[in-house]
Formats: sequence, structure tokens, C-alpha cells
Amino acid sequence: MSAALVTTNPASPNAVPQADALLEIRHLSKSFAENRNMLQFASGRPARVLQAVRDVSLSVRPGETLGVVGESGCGKSTLGRCIAGLYEPSAGDVLWQGRPLSAIGNRRAASRQIQMIFQDPYSSLNPRMTLQQTLSEALKAHGLGGSGKQRIERVEELLLTVGLPPRLKDRLPHALSGGQRQRVSIARALALEPRLIVADEPVSALDASVQAQIINLFEELRDKFGIAFIFIAHDLNVVRHISHRIAVMYLGEVVELAEADALFETPRHPYTKALLSAIPWPDPEHRVTSTGLEGELPDPLNPPAGCSFSTRCCWVEAACQAQHPTLDTFDPGHLVRCRRMREIN
Amino acid sequence: MSTATSLMTVDGLVTRFNGHGAAVTAVDGVSFDIRPGEIFGLVGESGCGKSATCRSLIRLFGGAPAEVAGGSILFDGLDLATLNDRRMEDIRGARIAMIFQDPMTALNPTMSIGEQICEGLRRHRGLGRRAAREEAVALLASVGVTSPGSRLNAYPHQFSGGMRQRVLIAIALACRPKLLIADEPTTALDVTIQDQILKLILRLRDDSGMSVLLVTHDLGVVAQTCDRVAVMYAGRIAEMGETRQIFRRPAHPYTRALLDALPAHAGRGTKLKPIGGEPPNLAAPPVGCRFHPRCAHAIDRCRQSLPDLHAVEPGHESACLRVEELGL
Repeated sequence: MSAALVTTNPASPNAVPQADALLEIRHLSKSFAENRNMLQFASGRPARVLQAVRDVSLSVRPGETLGVVGESGCGKSTLGRCIAGLYEPSAGDVLWQGRPLSAIGNRRAASRQIQMIFQDPYSSLNPRMTLQQTLSEALKAHGLGGSGKQRIERVEELLLTVGLPPRLKDRLPHALSGGQRQRVSIARALALEPRLIVADEPVSALDASVQAQIINLFEELRDKFGIAFIFIAHDLNVVRHISHRIAVMYLGEVVELAEADALFETPRHPYTKALLSAIPWPDPEHRVTSTGLEGELPDPLNPPAGCSFSTRCCWVEAACQAQHPTLDTFDPGHLVRCRRMREIN
Repeated sequence: MSTATSLMTVDGLVTRFNGHGAAVTAVDGVSFDIRPGEIFGLVGESGCGKSATCRSLIRLFGGAPAEVAGGSILFDGLDLATLNDRRMEDIRGARIAMIFQDPMTALNPTMSIGEQICEGLRRHRGLGRRAAREEAVALLASVGVTSPGSRLNAYPHQFSGGMRQRVLIAIALACRPKLLIADEPTTALDVTIQDQILKLILRLRDDSGMSVLLVTHDLGVVAQTCDRVAVMYAGRIAEMGETRQIFRRPAHPYTRALLDALPAHAGRGTKLKPIGGEPPNLAAPPVGCRFHPRCAHAIDRCRQSLPDLHAVEPGHESACLRVEELGL
């Protein structure tokens, strides 16, 4: 079954030599114009622009899991949607094995390579379609799965792959638990044999014991089929467990990018340090009593001049507010966007 | 288990939801006590009855067809389970206050923040308009809202999630309650804001000496804030004790499995250890120990009778029949 999933993919671009990066994004930005009412429109004031993602460059290697963490409104979901092709980036490039994503073909062809899994397993499945119908639809839409009988077999195979008994195939989503629904979403993504799955908060809606089941499933799929993951989440412990490398986002920008262990053991950016110290650690013998990060995220319609984090940073000085910092190398493979990174570490 | 020193003693609480035909017993014989000035945690997964338990205490079911069908809730010399609705209203909001999970929907969007805080001050403490306003400013300042005077006239939509939760805490504290019930107060918030709100609750407890019943699904939150904790599973308490005892020596297979499932406790590159199976349907719970269908240590005895809590060390109780033989 594992072999079938990889080798029967007719869209596998075997002709392209194995590039180092499966997916590379360069200077990607995405902005949204503010919705204006009639009065605001008539006033002639230009619409304000919300820069959800600002100049993000990242890459994912085949079989690698890249974690993206940050708090609500940091742009991590928008980034995921740009990668999956659900949003058109405002600027920048998305390269697939070194070539523009558009070279694969249209949106449909790209979706054979890049699939997405969403946070809410309750609203991301059609409540009036059985599992068989949901999964067959994905196959039919892409002309996969052959005859009706073959499709039924393929659906059973997919259900088994994600750890669901095939007898559930005639159930409607309401008859499934949250964990089972998320498994169906994963099966739907796997149906097209993608090389990359963008998972946007795939376990946040699940209980701890079920969360562990789904994380194990992701790791199995990665090892079995060599699928690369972009794993977007706010739960840092989960991201650490599953990711090879982690990007930390704040107000639309990557502020730190490093190997998972390096990021957790030696965080270099003040925001990452604050974020890690705010995790409630499940150990009552080590209680953190120090005050954490003060204040809240600045208004994204009105980001601070200079460093985005300067309004909450305890190491801030005048120059931080004057000049926008660049993402610089701290150690090989460890990038930090802080002009005082050498002084404070 | 009732002690002279406890603020609230819950004994044999049973709460039933009467749905279409089938009644679901969401809370089935739960007993615990909350001491003055402590933070008592109720932890468990969705549907374990932790929210139903705390809603039973103040009889606030949000229109759901639920009723307290048994047990007693002793608080301040009264049995809340037998109080009529009118007298319950005098207690709810005054001596027992509650904050909810979702700060987006718990506030009235058509009333200013100031009006919503003053409402309780005038109803329960009988303050005049001006005195209530002054008190509201002081309350907002105490929960860390900056420039509280000018924020009184603002509406909930002008506040962020964290700020709304602060406003809800200010409303809850308005009548200086002896017990604050906090049902997943930080679940909808980001981790840095969660940290701020938990530290705020700890500080307010230290300043006022109130007790807090903290309901959460997050064992990290429990470890960082609670003095004592009860772990619930399928409408029953599986284990109860001091937070340190529970983490140092989990004396129930369910607690142990929950702790083992945490990514924070798994080594790098190792597989997580999920709990197999799913929680039972409470309309038809399994006979015997509720956890036995998912328990690796279940034997015939576990399938026969519903086990009660018994002490495993001073202040630490477990509902597992096999604690001693398993050496948990």
C-alpha cells in the first residue's frame, strides 16, 4: 500500500532532478485591503492595508516537517493558505522544486502536489456526504481511482491508512468523533498522493489523548510516504515534538528560524524567549512566577516603526524603533531578526 | 470528607441532562471540598463532566434541560442544591462568581463595559450610580486595564480577547466573592495572554483570599496554578489530591495515561503514547470502572463494580481498585 501511494502518482515530476528544496518561498507578502463602508469610500481616504505576511522566505525539503508558530494574527494561517494556493500572494515567489508553482500547471495540478488540512474537523467536512462520497469526490475531481469499484477499494485503503475501519465508509461526519473526523480530513488530503501537506492547527481542537494519536499518525505518514509537512500551530510543545525546523512568526514576519532543538534550548529572539517562558509547563515542582510578556499584539493595520516587537520588548532601545531589523544568521542555520541579538545573548 | 475548614463541600453530586428520550448523567456521584484561599482544579477531557459540575454548583445551565438530581452542595452554611431559584440569585454573582471560556460571547455587545460592571455593584452591593462608577474604575485598574476611566464607556467589540477576559474578571470580582468559578478561562487566549491572565488570577487570590475553582483541560495550567486538583473521567472523579502528589505519583491509570500522552513529557524522536479508544457514551456508561474499556490493567473485578475514591496517601485519593497491586 505504501508503494502504491507513491509510485502510482502520475503527476510525480520524475523528470526534474532531485532539488534540495521541495518548496521554496521567496520574499512572500500578502496584504488585505480594509473593507470600507460608503462613507469611508466617499471621504476619498485610501483604504488602509493590512500586511498579514511580510517578506517571508522559507524552504521545505522532501520529507521534512517545518513548524510555523506564533500567536493569533501573526500571519501563520495566511502564509499556509498562500502556499496551498488558496490565496494569491501580493508579492514574492513560490517555487516548487526550483521552478515557479505556475509551471506545474493550473491550481488543480498544483493541488495534486500540495494539500491542506484545516483546524476544525467539524466544519471542514460536508455534513451531508458519507466518508465514501467525500473521499471519492477528491479522486473523481482529479480523474484518479479508475472505475467505481476501484474507487471503493481505494477509499477503503485510504481509511485503513489513517487508522479508520473501512466499515465506517457509509457514515456521515456527525456520527464520528473529532479525532475520527480529523483522520478523514487527512485521508482526503492523502487521496491525491501529495508531496507536501500544509496542516493548519490540525490538532488544536482535539483532546490531549486524541491529539497524541493524530500526531503519531502524521509522523507515520511522513516516514512511510516521505511527505513533507508545513505544520502550523500555536501549541509549542506539539510543534517541537513533530518538527525538524521551526519558524517563529510575529506580526507577519519570521523573527526566528532554527532547528527545533536549538530553538527550544537556545532561543535567541526576545519574542521567542518570552513565548517559551509563557508555556505552562506540566511540572508543579517548577513554577514560573516571574512576570512574562506585558501588553498585547500591536494593531496590524498600524504596525510600529522599526522592529515589530519593539513595543513589548524588554531590551528595546531607541535604535530598535528607528530601524527595521533584518533576518540575520546567528549560528549556521539559526536566523534571528533582532539588531541586538549579539548583545543580549 | 466534609471538614470544618472547607468553604464548599460537595457530596455525591448527580447532574442529569434530559434529552430526547435518553437521560444523560453527566455528573455521577462527585464529591470534593474547596478550602478557603485555595485554587482547586478540575481537569479532564471534553465531555468528562467538569463544566457540568461547576455549572451545577451555581445552577446555571444556559437553558439546557439539566437538573441537579442528587447530592448536597454545602456553602457558607447553606445547601445550594435545595435552595430555591430566588435565593440562588442572591448568592450567584455575589458570594460565588463565575467567568467563562469565551470572552467574546460572555459580554453583552450592546452595553458599555462600565454599565456591565456597575450592574452587579448596584444589584448586590446596593451602591449608588456615582459610587458604582468609581468602584468600577478601581476594579478595572486592579485587573490591569490601562486608563480605566476612559475605557468605561467603551463597548466589548473595542476590546481584545485578553482585555475582555480582564473585564469579565473585574465583573466577577465586583461583589468580592468568596469563590470564583473559572471555566476554561484561558482556553480561547494566546499563550502569552494566558500567562498574563493566570498570573492575574493568582495575584487576586493572594490579595483577597478568595477560593478559585479552576476548570481546565490543560495539565500545564494545573501544574502552574492549582493547589489541589481532581481528575475527572466520564462523570466521575478518578483521582484527587495535591497537585504535587498527582504529578509525582499519579495513582490512577487514566491520570498516568494523560500525563504520558503529553508531548512535553515525550522524549525527542520518540512516539507519543495516546490513550487507545474513546471516552464512553454517558447515556449508556460501561458497568464497573468507567475507564476499564481503555485501561491496560483492567481485570474482571474492574468490570463488576463502580469503584469509589479511597486514600492512597494522606490527602491523595484514587478510584482505581488495583492501585496497591499495580504499585501506582
